[in-house]
Amino acid sequence: MGQTIGVPKETFPGEKRVAAVPDTVQKLVKLGFGVMVQAGAGEEASIADDAYAAAGAAIVPDAASVWSGADIVFKVRAPSEDEVRAMREGQVLVSFIWPAQNPALMQSLAAKKATVLAMDSVPRISRAQKLDALSSMANIAGYRAVIEAAHHFGRFFTGQVTAAGKVPPAKVFIIGAGVAGLAAIGAAAGLGAIVRANDTRPEVADQIQSLGGEYVGVDYREEGSGVGGYAKVMSEGFQKAQREVFAKQAKEVDIIITTALIPGKPAPKLITAEMVRSMKPGSVIVDLAAEQGGNCELTEPGKVVVKHGVTIIGYTDLPSRLATQSSTLYATNLFRLSEELCKAKDGVFHVNMEDEVIRGTTVVKDGTVTWPPPAPKLSAAPPRQAAKPAPAIAQEKKGHGHGAGGPMAARTLATVFAAGAVLFFLIGAYAPPAFLGHFTVFVLACFVGYMVVWNVTPALHTPLMSVTNAISSIIIIGALVQIAPPAVASVAGEGARPEEVIRWIAVAGIALTAINMFGGFAVTQRMLSMFRK
Amino acid sequence: MSSSLATVSYIAAIILFILSLGGLSNPETSRRGNLYGMIGMAIAVVATVFGPRVTTAGLGWILVALVVGGSIGLYLARTVRMTQMPELVAFMHSLVGLVAMLVGYASDIDPAASAGMSGAEVRIHEIEIYVGVLIGAVTLSGSVIAFGKLSGRITGKPVLLPGRHWLNLAGLLVVIGFGWAFVQAHSIHEGLLPIAVMSVVALLFGVHMVMAIGGADMPVVVSMLNSYSGWAAAATGFMLSNDLLIVTGALVGSSGAILSYIMCRAMNRKFLAVIAGGFGGETRAPAAGGSAQPAGEVHPISAQETAELLKEAKSVVIVPGYGMAVAQAQHTVYEITKKLREMGKTVRFAIHPVAGRMPGHMNVLLAEAKVPYDIVMEMDEINEDFPGTDVAMVIGANDIVNPSAQEDPSSPIAGMPVLEVWKAKTSIVMKRSMASGYAGVDNPLFYKENNRMLFGDAKKMLDEVLASLK
Repeated sequence: MGQTIGVPKETFPGEKRVAAVPDTVQKLVKLGFGVMVQAGAGEEASIADDAYAAAGAAIVPDAASVWSGADIVFKVRAPSEDEVRAMREGQVLVSFIWPAQNPALMQSLAAKKATVLAMDSVPRISRAQKLDALSSMANIAGYRAVIEAAHHFGRFFTGQVTAAGKVPPAKVFIIGAGVAGLAAIGAAAGLGAIVRANDTRPEVADQIQSLGGEYVGVDYREEGSGVGGYAKVMSEGFQKAQREVFAKQAKEVDIIITTALIPGKPAPKLITAEMVRSMKPGSVIVDLAAEQGGNCELTEPGKVVVKHGVTIIGYTDLPSRLATQSSTLYATNLFRLSEELCKAKDGVFHVNMEDEVIRGTTVVKDGTVTWPPPAPKLSAAPPRQAAKPAPAIAQEKKGHGHGAGGPMAARTLATVFAAGAVLFFLIGAYAPPAFLGHFTVFVLACFVGYMVVWNVTPALHTPLMSVTNAISSIIIIGALVQIAPPAVASVAGEGARPEEVIRWIAVAGIALTAINMFGGFAVTQRMLSMFRK
Repeated sequence: MSSSLATVSYIAAIILFILSLGGLSNPETSRRGNLYGMIGMAIAVVATVFGPRVTTAGLGWILVALVVGGSIGLYLARTVRMTQMPELVAFMHSLVGLVAMLVGYASDIDPAASAGMSGAEVRIHEIEIYVGVLIGAVTLSGSVIAFGKLSGRITGKPVLLPGRHWLNLAGLLVVIGFGWAFVQAHSIHEGLLPIAVMSVVALLFGVHMVMAIGGADMPVVVSMLNSYSGWAAAATGFMLSNDLLIVTGALVGSSGAILSYIMCRAMNRKFLAVIAGGFGGETRAPAAGGSAQPAGEVHPISAQETAELLKEAKSVVIVPGYGMAVAQAQHTVYEITKKLREMGKTVRFAIHPVAGRMPGHMNVLLAEAKVPYDIVMEMDEINEDFPGTDVAMVIGANDIVNPSAQEDPSSPIAGMPVLEVWKAKTSIVMKRSMASGYAGVDNPLFYKENNRMLFGDAKKMLDEVLASLK
């Protein structure tokens, strides 16, 4: 029998989600784990204890038995102080942690010698998408935001012509087209509304359109993609242009849904009180950034308020309001993580810190704080290609389509090394020291060139050739040093130096190289100035 | 300027050159990269001219030579058309080769160059001269022939002499033999004959090598010559004991070598097979005869019908090839692109790594026509999108869209990665006639049910398409 996974009931007020569903319990048992679930854990998410039991879980009466009996605990919310106290030394905890916001919690977890995997710290790379709980929760939040808006909005979303008169369609403006924003675009468009969306990253325009939205750009040139496909803080000039766009939209639309978040920063204030005042009475604002302070100045986190006739929804628990769905998705994320941690299917967690995904997710390892992780190895911003119509998740860089290729066959490699060894031996045995110095430089330079050039994008191969060609005019130095060298006294035996001949050869050499040098750089410049976005 | 100061300047120049190559890794930083290159070059030249190895007596000569050469270079750079870039690059490679030879000869007849060296050092120095001249000569003649082929002055078809591998081998033996004689020579005059004979042999070898390579393999040849010109500079650096030359030469040399490798891989060919000559050469005839000739009907359409198809499409992928360059059609292509994008259609370009006559040729042409580079895709990026594409328009390309590379294992181009245009709902191929491409392989794409042929000059046809779109 492997380790036991415990699932307590969430204790945070109003939290309805649960970290396991019968389906994932069954799969975890197949991986070799024992599973124990606190009685009533799934009640709020409409999952009965019987269903867990049928899937193979042991039902235990209270949280204390879970914390004392389990080797691994799955949770949704970060543990409360009581829960941390209930932890056993060396226990493994998997839940949302938000290490940056909760330094005290991190300290007390470390004091417990625990190993903690934070579902909010999963690195954003392709391989980790299936365990990216932030995305699955954001997806739900985006959907639910539209439903909440519809609930508080006094009209249809879709336009209709009825016997009782014509109904115009609702206009929805969505700020931020990340996972939540895109889900909201899809949901609102599905209800028949006219959807417009804005994002600081212009490359998501295609994704917005693919979901039935209309991209509203800010006419100000600045690159808005930060590390890992997230947005970053924009310049003052951009923000001014952006506010103008938002103010104009506020006057026109009925519903605004804001999803703008910047990792590790308070949410940017995008909707001013002035803009709220300019909206039509009965309009609705849903602020998905409420927990981080809100995108709207008038948002009150956790509450629905009516200001200037506009309903402002600042719920911070939207995923929990769709408890069954979000439990299912979250539990699946946890199961996928368990798969990564238990590749041998022997029911034991192996926290392999060499694995990039697990390294990033693990914030405390055996009592040592390991957060933040070292920078991910992939290049973050995906090269600005037309993004695929999928949520804005950073893709692993594809190495320009050539990359280093597969490893050489062992035999070829051995031959190469053998030939190299013989060559180096011969050189070492016979060459004078002066030559060896130059030879060292030569070999190192070959490698530098090799490393540098692999990164060149194929689109620039022609400019690369013309610039290397221009650079190879460095051979001019050969001609320069021959044209008029300082006199050397010791050449008597060989006869006089044929000054004239050498000078003419050198002058010709310089002139020819100059063609190459000036021409090469100039034509490269000409070509490169043509490349534009 | 003291000798240490000159050395430090050389280090600065080296760093700038490395940054220059690094800067080319993406279009945003590429202009800065070029600037670094220029600054590095300026530093290197100034440090040398005012350094300890040049006396003031030479200044006038240097200035005159720089002005003359520089103005010719700038004039060429200003006036060259983007379609002629491959020729210009080949021409410039030949200059580097020539200068490497000149410097080698001058160094050989200059007794001061080897003054104060001991026995082994003199021998190494002589080998360095010999190798430098050898690489220079091959680069020179190879580039001249490549230039001729690219500009159409020499036939693009491979010219194969009987027993050419034996000829090359004999040449190699001669070169080694005379190299021995050169190193053994007691005086400068005795050494001149071997090195002269070697130069002639090396020049012939360069001619022979490039003559045997077909037009479609030109991207490999151009990048290979690029590499050679770097090695020539590195050899000169050894000859003159100058680390800056060695490093720069090695940078350029390895850069060219990598490009050649990438090009070869894009054609699924071995580097040696390309260099050893003639695409197919002996293998072509039996292969073409042996594989089943694809038969069937082609469906020709008119420019107006093409325009209709484009109007109905939602997503369009354009595959340009050498034909677009020949017809100078890139500007019209962009006009059409602009028009289609205004209609709200997705238009993208798919670039095969060996499309055109040098690496990155198509990208430069499209950039010249102001096509934004973010809709220009590499093969790997776009190949899987063809099934979702309504119209794939192939302009003057053939082998790079040939399905037999995947479907017919006996085809000479079997295994070469190709753009899968036939997976699009409709493909349109623009071509002058039904003639086969450089590889001499018939293209089953033309006979596919969903393929349409638009015969005629690419520029003229595209002008008509554009007119019907308006």
